[in-house]
Amino acid sequence: MRQGVGSHLRRNLIVLAVVSVAYLLLTLFVSNSYYQLILTLVPVWALFGVSWNILSGYGGQLSFGHASFFGIGAYTVTLALVYWNLSPWLGIPLGMVLGGLAAVLIGLPTFRLRGHYFALSMLAYPLAILYVMQYLGFQEVSMPMHRESPLAYMEFAEPRVYTLIAVLLLVGGVVVSLFIESSRFGLALLAIRQNELAAEAAGIDARSEKMRSLIVSGMMGAVAGGFYARVLLVVTPESVFGMLVSAQAVVVTLFGGVASVWGPVIGAAILVPLAETLQAELGTYLPGIQGVVYGVAIIAVMLLSPDGLYWTIRDRWLRRDASQGVSDVQSDVAAAALDGKPPAPVRPVAHASGPLLQVEGLSRAFGGLRAVSEVSFSIAEGEILGIIGPNGAGKTTLFNVLNGVLSADEGSARLDGQPMLGRKTHEVCRMGVGRTFQVVRSFPRLPVLDNVIVGAYGAGASDHEAITRAVRALRQVGLQDRAAVAAGQLTNKQLRLMELARALAGNPRLLLLDETLAGLGREECDDVLGVLARLREQGMTICIIEHTMHAMMRLADRFVVLDHGRVLATGLPRVVVEDASVIEAYLGKKWLARRDA
Amino acid sequence: MDLEILVENVLNAVTAGITIGCIYGLMCIGLGLIFGIMRIVNFAQGELLMLGMFVSFYLVSEGRILSALGPYWGPFIGAMCAAPAIFAGGALLHRFLISRVSGLRTVGSLDEGHFGQLIVTLGISLILQNGGQILFGSTPVAVRTPLSSEAFLIGPLYHGATVFLNKAKLVAFFVAVLAAVALYVTLEYTRLGKALRASADNPTAATYMGIDVDRAYRIAFGLGSGITAVAGGLMATYISFTPFVGFDYVIIMYSGVVLGGMGSIFGAFWGGVTVGFVQQFSALILPPQLQNAAIFVVFLMIVLLRPQGLFGRSAERA
Repeated sequence: MRQGVGSHLRRNLIVLAVVSVAYLLLTLFVSNSYYQLILTLVPVWALFGVSWNILSGYGGQLSFGHASFFGIGAYTVTLALVYWNLSPWLGIPLGMVLGGLAAVLIGLPTFRLRGHYFALSMLAYPLAILYVMQYLGFQEVSMPMHRESPLAYMEFAEPRVYTLIAVLLLVGGVVVSLFIESSRFGLALLAIRQNELAAEAAGIDARSEKMRSLIVSGMMGAVAGGFYARVLLVVTPESVFGMLVSAQAVVVTLFGGVASVWGPVIGAAILVPLAETLQAELGTYLPGIQGVVYGVAIIAVMLLSPDGLYWTIRDRWLRRDASQGVSDVQSDVAAAALDGKPPAPVRPVAHASGPLLQVEGLSRAFGGLRAVSEVSFSIAEGEILGIIGPNGAGKTTLFNVLNGVLSADEGSARLDGQPMLGRKTHEVCRMGVGRTFQVVRSFPRLPVLDNVIVGAYGAGASDHEAITRAVRALRQVGLQDRAAVAAGQLTNKQLRLMELARALAGNPRLLLLDETLAGLGREECDDVLGVLARLREQGMTICIIEHTMHAMMRLADRFVVLDHGRVLATGLPRVVVEDASVIEAYLGKKWLARRDA
Repeated sequence: MDLEILVENVLNAVTAGITIGCIYGLMCIGLGLIFGIMRIVNFAQGELLMLGMFVSFYLVSEGRILSALGPYWGPFIGAMCAAPAIFAGGALLHRFLISRVSGLRTVGSLDEGHFGQLIVTLGISLILQNGGQILFGSTPVAVRTPLSSEAFLIGPLYHGATVFLNKAKLVAFFVAVLAAVALYVTLEYTRLGKALRASADNPTAATYMGIDVDRAYRIAFGLGSGITAVAGGLMATYISFTPFVGFDYVIIMYSGVVLGGMGSIFGAFWGGVTVGFVQQFSALILPPQLQNAAIFVVFLMIVLLRPQGLFGRSAERA
């Protein structure tokens, strides 16, 4: 568990206990069997929403095909009972296992895709399964009753018992979700949702984190489906693999509040009774009313409060509380840490002799364009190397190849003798290479401290150490006062510094800074230069891309000049700026001719 | 299997693939246009297809306005009449719903507003589908034309094989190709087309050049809706349908658009043709229930193996 979230967790668990008990008391006053069924279905759909929320809410991987898992759970329980006489008590866990397996099988290929493609592909799975089920002849399967030993087969004459089980399952799901929310796994998912590339550059293995979230989500979805089948006693492909099932998870979660434990619960508590009641009252005249209600609900939510009821209510009526938000619990710890000892200097790790970074003959082409071509250079420990060159010279591509965002066509790059190429972005980060981006890639809705903690987690720090490191990094860049503010509220300079702190929190040996000074005014520029100079005093090795020549003259020990992907010149700043070919690349032949004349 | 039957089946699959494929192609252009110009994945495109079918049905069948044109002309005129109706509907959808989660409003925002767009169009899809059930009922209907049960016979050809060309599909094929060509000319050679393409390339720059990007997007969404609706009207002459028919075709549309290279409007046409072929050939070897599953599998394979499409090149660069 992350440091300092204990009280947050405790508070939520108390709320959970109170709400569950109140809900169960409510069932005692309901005797109409149809309303009792609704009371049972609310927690089932809420659980399904919670399951969707783990993948698509926290992780941001929008899935329109969660019915796959729901249906697998439902059919496992039903078919196991029909063919093997297996009690649902065991069928539901079996379905859970199969749901997890399905998640692996679905995730392996599908996580190669992002955004639109991912959302659409997920849609195809349940529909393909639906047709296969029809083909196999499972159009409508009902569960046989076992009057002789009802308890052993999860059969109860008293419908309230089903509600009780449903509530217990939901409580389990909420607890899992709460733990994820307050764990480093949850923070990694939030980071991936907000900016996958930045998360990877901070050392998070995005693909395996996403896979874990899909597995948890798939298992939970299968439980919801399995129990749903038990309650309704009959399954059809449409009722468990159909589009409306997938939509249900999306709708209740978005309506209630995305990326919040309580969102799906609130959404299901409002929408399920509403839609079911309308269906019962008006279904004969208006047969599709349920779907219409869901459609109107999600459109209204998207237009009026895109994050869902929970967040809107929190922001509007609990503003005082919300201003502290997620960060309040963290900032206590941060404050404690800030009062402590001064930041420890970054001490270079003992290393073999020779340069820290050695790049040889590196090339990368896009089709016919050789963006980086046979680039060789080296950086010594404790040095600041400036990479300069006109627009399109291949500077950012060079960084992208070095930290594994792009693959290299040829050449080698070694960090302290270890090969860097061919590794994934997060692996390069864990070797000790920190990176910032030309366009700041922050996690705008996370507080500054959490943004930086992500960097420490990515590098494999323990919970306590991560906070210490993050606080230290914030002090190094002078942002300690802004630790609790959401990153989206920072100024451009502060964002640049925060990104720098995130890279520092990973205890890097080498920093790759991509135009850290871009878009800053002169004074802001001086501030950032001051921070970088201090880092050098502490022994940090930095490789920086920059356009602003005068700033670079003050900062860099050596220059590498790139033009059209090639190294044009290397050497001391004074020498390089006098170099004729460099002047030509920057200012053109005419200018050079005039100077020489 | 006898060689003769095999040859006959293959030849028939080829001709059916071409005719149905081009109708699918037209259908895919609608989705491809909306994605290509606005970068929106419209989840409700299948429902626009469905609406096209029902517009045609209500105009043509059972003694309504267009039935005076007779069973030969009526259904195809009806299909074309679906275009202005659904164009208007699409433009209204954009005006009141889609524009609020897309366009200049979301340029540069977190994930460019994709999340919101997918959700809003999912909502529209649910409302149209289920609202359609309330309005139109769930009994399958069709736009009746005697052409759908008549065929030209070509042959006997090689080994006595005969090719059957369903007349309804053949006429629908010609209308589809004409509509696609008309759209092509509009987009390539008219002022409107240039405005649309400019808004697609760079909405911000287009605004500076005096193009009303919001209006361009509205027209694009309307055009995309109308085009798909025409395809729906054409298909209504040879299939029967319910308000839930959109679902069977939305995946075909996605497959076609992805195959054609997302963003390439006319790539989508060829993508649709390819899917038509795959579907007709899968009918040779698969039982009918699995044909739909086959399309999903093909779709997944396309997305996984060649997300940049068969005809397109990946526009993304890290």
